Amino acid sequence: MCIFLLSVVTYLLLVWSGGPIEPAEVVIAVVLGGVLARAGRSWAEGESWFPRSFSFIRLGRFLFYLFGPFAVALFKANIDVALRVISGEIRPGIVKVPSHQEGDGALTLLANSITLTPGTLTVDVDEESRSLYVHWIYVTDPSPAEEEIYGSFGEWARRISA
Amino acid sequence: MSAFLMFLILAPLLAVGVAFNILGAVALYRFPDVYTRMHGTTKCTTFGTLFIAFGALAWSLGRLAATGDGRFITMALHVGVAAVALLVTNATGAHAIARAAHRSGVGPRQAVVDRLAEDRRKGGEA
Amino acid sequence: MNVFLFSWSAGILGVAAVLVLGRLVGGPTIPDRVVALDTMNTLAVAIMILLAVVYDSVVMVDVAVVYAALSFVTTLFIARHLEGGTGR
Repeated sequence: MCIFLLSVVTYLLLVWSGGPIEPAEVVIAVVLGGVLARAGRSWAEGESWFPRSFSFIRLGRFLFYLFGPFAVALFKANIDVALRVISGEIRPGIVKVPSHQEGDGALTLLANSITLTPGTLTVDVDEESRSLYVHWIYVTDPSPAEEEIYGSFGEWARRISA
Repeated sequence: MSAFLMFLILAPLLAVGVAFNILGAVALYRFPDVYTRMHGTTKCTTFGTLFIAFGALAWSLGRLAATGDGRFITMALHVGVAAVALLVTNATGAHAIARAAHRSGVGPRQAVVDRLAEDRRKGGEA
Repeated sequence: MNVFLFSWSAGILGVAAVLVLGRLVGGPTIPDRVVALDTMNTLAVAIMILLAVVYDSVVMVDVAVVYAALSFVTTLFIARHLEGGTGR
């Protein structure tokens, strides 16, 4: 279960100080992780102890995405916003973009990526048509195609969580 | 590692971090409505604080190399955890505020298009 | 020593936080205030990390982590409250 693993690893990371970890700390970590996983089980309905489709290839892809395309986009986004703060040149609007994502995880990843990349901010999700309402700080086209908003991120989100 | 070399690493990191954080604060006054302000604050403060965390990380790694004290490993790890926590929570928090703002009836000002409001009017009560 | 860099940065960020306070008090709508509060929380986390280096204490970084998590929860609660408590 994701919540359990994540909380245990985070706890051990915060406790570790270069030397070996005491067994007592491991016990505390496991107990706390169990409590959190039990408390959060309503969000992860029907999930087994280990994610079914977990693979190191996808984890690797995610890390590559995080430090590759995502980091570059984050950098560009901040330069862009900084220039807009100084120049005050805006043309805001809320547009609708199709996401073509099936999983909730993929949609969340895409929405978060959109928020931290140039000129866009996710406002709302339409669950039925799986499309996102995106606030765009400089609208050039009222009904844009998905490439205009998030470039290759849709492809990445699909490959990471498919 | 000499103190001067460390200075050359730390000064740019902290300068970028502080500059972006200030831009995030200024964005609150420069932009006309909630959504555009959110662009400025979410991106700039997250990015700036990330750089400040890098600065603290570099400092503790430098101290570690100089003294070999295990305390600085802890410091570096905890700063890393703080940076990751901030990166994840800020983006998600921004969605929550944006969604809540739109649902509570605060529309975007000076907007050229608002598809969400159009669709909501079409579909009655969302 | 390079610690003075960190203390000066913390001071400048403190001034920025005071700047944000203006929007927090005078924001025309409630979401404006929430955005200002969120910004201030992020600035507070940054200041805590800087001061942890200045005072050379790891505990302050831990406080920063917890503060970030708590401010996130607060933001979500206020957002849910603004939506009218119905959710979805």
